[in-house]
Amino acid sequence: MALLITHNLAVGYGRGKQTTVLLRGLDLKLEPGHLVALLGRNGAGKSTLLRALTCSSLPLEGTIEVDGRNLQDLTQTDRSRLIGLVATDRIQAGGLTVTELVSLGRQPHTGFLGRLSEEDRALVAQAIHDVGMSHKANDYVAGLSDGERQKVMIARALAQSTPIIVLDEPTAFLDVASRIETMQLLASLAHDQGKAVLLSSHDVSQSLLMADDLWLITSNREVVSGTTSDLLQTDVMNRIFVSTSIEFNPNILDYQSVSKKNDQDA
Amino acid sequence: MRSRYTVVMILLAVALLLLSVACLLLGSVDIPARQVTDILLGRGSDNHAWEIIVLQSRLPMIATAVLAGASLSVSGLLLQTTFNNPLAGPSILGVSTGAGLGVAIVMLAMGGTVGSVFGQTLGSYVATLLGALLGAAVVLAVLIAFSYIVKSSTMLLIVGILVSYLASSVISLLNSLATEEGIHNYVAWGFGTFSGVSVDQLPVFAGLLLMSLFASLLMVKPLNALLLGTRYAENLGVNTRRTRHSLLLVTGVLTAVVTAFCGPIGFLGLVVPHIARLTLRTSNHSRLLPATMLSGAVIALLCTLLSVNGMHGIIPINAITPIIGVPIILYIIVNRRKIQYFN
Repeated sequence: MALLITHNLAVGYGRGKQTTVLLRGLDLKLEPGHLVALLGRNGAGKSTLLRALTCSSLPLEGTIEVDGRNLQDLTQTDRSRLIGLVATDRIQAGGLTVTELVSLGRQPHTGFLGRLSEEDRALVAQAIHDVGMSHKANDYVAGLSDGERQKVMIARALAQSTPIIVLDEPTAFLDVASRIETMQLLASLAHDQGKAVLLSSHDVSQSLLMADDLWLITSNREVVSGTTSDLLQTDVMNRIFVSTSIEFNPNILDYQSVSKKNDQDA
Repeated sequence: MRSRYTVVMILLAVALLLLSVACLLLGSVDIPARQVTDILLGRGSDNHAWEIIVLQSRLPMIATAVLAGASLSVSGLLLQTTFNNPLAGPSILGVSTGAGLGVAIVMLAMGGTVGSVFGQTLGSYVATLLGALLGAAVVLAVLIAFSYIVKSSTMLLIVGILVSYLASSVISLLNSLATEEGIHNYVAWGFGTFSGVSVDQLPVFAGLLLMSLFASLLMVKPLNALLLGTRYAENLGVNTRRTRHSLLLVTGVLTAVVTAFCGPIGFLGLVVPHIARLTLRTSNHSRLLPATMLSGAVIALLCTLLSVNGMHGIIPINAITPIIGVPIILYIIVNRRKIQYFN
């Protein structure tokens, strides 16, 4: 059964008369154990959709159901136990150690003063281990590389012990090695730990390679969803961008310029 | 890391004790140490004036400095975390000036002649206190309103500075209406002092501040979540709007109470949280907050000791705090790339 279901969801920004609807009529599903990539051009509404799904902003229309309950009816604490977030926001946590930062992920489960139990500490250590950062558990976050920071932020979401993890462009500022490592890590979280992992990305080839399902925002603001292998059989990849000078090449799982393709064909 | 915390806290406690003893023994009047001990132990002294100086001047001054220092420093830390801005502080954001404006209005309303600003009668000091609380609350409300409009923390800092200028200019305008004695009182208050709280006033002063300091300790969990910014904090189940408002309420009471009794004391709120972070090497509020309290108390006592031992009479506290504060802030600005908590 799907963990997260949207019904006729519309997302956008603004209020009252100045509302801009970016995407509407969305009926999407997130399944446990699946890695889902959300792809679309800049400004298509990826972040806006993720904000709505994580309750950072309210949906303009429709509902989001998580585990059979309407997300908006849940308390903030309930939500924080269902959906973990890895965003692109700048954080001021350089003065915390990796363990301290990841421990913040236990907050939805700890008491008023935030004291960690033995079990909490074990879960934090496990999360740090899962992202391969145990050797730096006591290092300051300030001393980490961008890739390591992203892994620690993912560990923080893991420590939150939510069935769903949503990531907004988790590989955006990473070099190619960290990008691939991060995608592998996310895939293993989905496949080995049974989490539903949804990420937005501009890295088309890695997403197509690793994701089980795709949510594609086309140039006319439709969201096409399905399994990666099914969607690759269709021409939908060529409906994401309006440009006539690029074309999707299924052999390299990426876009290339039309002229270059012609050269190769000739 | 824990051992560092223990060591720092023990050193701070020792410093607090030594400085308190120094403040009891040293001052504009020379009193032999033996006599001070006798007076403190209730054995009295041959010199009645000495008894009054120790029990009704030096002792309350020490208590005031300790509480005011801790309160302003915690106030600064809460503002820095709430606004996600390491250069925030009660004086720079105009909270102290707002409280000062409240005090000025109350003084003017009372004709500037009802005792001193510190209020000799119960009515006048309650009014002064309420004026300060209201003034601080107005400035904090303005800051909250602007924080929803301007997202940049630097811009919010500038809004705070502008509000501060505005409050200062209103204070000057009010002064032009006041009596000469009123202006004199207000100017004297503006220098900042920890000697303004009498033994009778101490329970109210201490009660309000201790309550607020305790409240701040209960907010360590959401404070740590706020280090990650609003969106992450909300994802961790923190109601950020309510948390920010409660934090600012605590900040407002801490700043207003200290300002009403001691004058608008600059720099402590801005600098002490940085000193605590640099010595502890952490942004984790469960250790940072208690260390900020103790450091604030220690530094305020140090300022007091310097203030009462001037060559020719008392040096205003506000003449001392920038000498300690400015070099530290400049050091932090210059070295911010090397300092962990900025990265």
